[in-house]
Amino acid sequence: MTPSVIELTITAEDRRVAWLATAAVGLSLVDAAIPSPLPGIKPGLANIVTLVVLTRYGWGTAVWVSTLRVLAGSLLLGYFLAPGFFLSLTGTTLSLLTLGLARHLPARWFGPVSLSILAAFAHIGGQLLLARLWLIPHDGVFLLTPIFAAAALVFGTINGLIAAKLLAEPVPSESA
Amino acid sequence: MPWLALIRPGDWLIIVLSLLAVGSSIPVFWQGGLADRAIIRQEGRVFAEIDLKARKQFEISGPLGTTLIAVEPGRARIVADPSPRQYCVRQGWLMRPGEIAICAPNRVSLQIAGRTKVYDSISY
Repeated sequence: MTPSVIELTITAEDRRVAWLATAAVGLSLVDAAIPSPLPGIKPGLANIVTLVVLTRYGWGTAVWVSTLRVLAGSLLLGYFLAPGFFLSLTGTTLSLLTLGLARHLPARWFGPVSLSILAAFAHIGGQLLLARLWLIPHDGVFLLTPIFAAAALVFGTINGLIAAKLLAEPVPSESA
Repeated sequence: MPWLALIRPGDWLIIVLSLLAVGSSIPVFWQGGLADRAIIRQEGRVFAEIDLKARKQFEISGPLGTTLIAVEPGRARIVADPSPRQYCVRQGWLMRPGEIAICAPNRVSLQIAGRTKVYDSISY
């Protein structure tokens, strides 16, 4: 085989990001399969991966994993570049920014549950704002805010607890 | 490991603050509160004001015939009306303060009211 001119060196970090992003994409597929009473209310299980990555490997890796998840997840579910994709992207961007700020909270007092709840609120807030500005330019969009906020609180708490439980276990070996 | 042990003190603070935020967002976004009265008008004058608690039926006569209105706990609707295009009937159940169904040809309207008055438009 002719050797390629451009050699891409794959670092251990690249492999880790790819594995974690795969896990996140898998969880977004599970998310999409769960029936929801209202469009926009989803458990957001993939955020568990984001939280674990944020705590174990830092914010940069979390951004990579989340962005890859949004891209690959939308391609697999068939909404790449559709309105849902931009809603997802806005929500993810805002929750990553929130996580970037919130991770500086003292870890002794604030754990993954706090981060998860704050990120969930940022996520739904971003989506509502984009929906108001672009998709449904009417204040009627905000009528559902209390329901979305309540869902964000419930699912944010549950995901945070799952992430906290995963983080309480010893770091898995990286032989994969 | 019990799940509660995974919640740190600050997490409780965030949970409580979030609960308060969610609770206080309800009156902000659901202006006018819950529907508690239905106002039926005939020829522009109030025909009846009904508490949306019991199940009731009303028959209001207008120039074209009889408009039939049904009231149920938390909602009300126009069941039948002699108007040609049936707009007010097709609106279905009204359940939010400020919602109104107007059967113009028969000069009957049905409006939902909450504790506070909701404006459908304001001009200065």
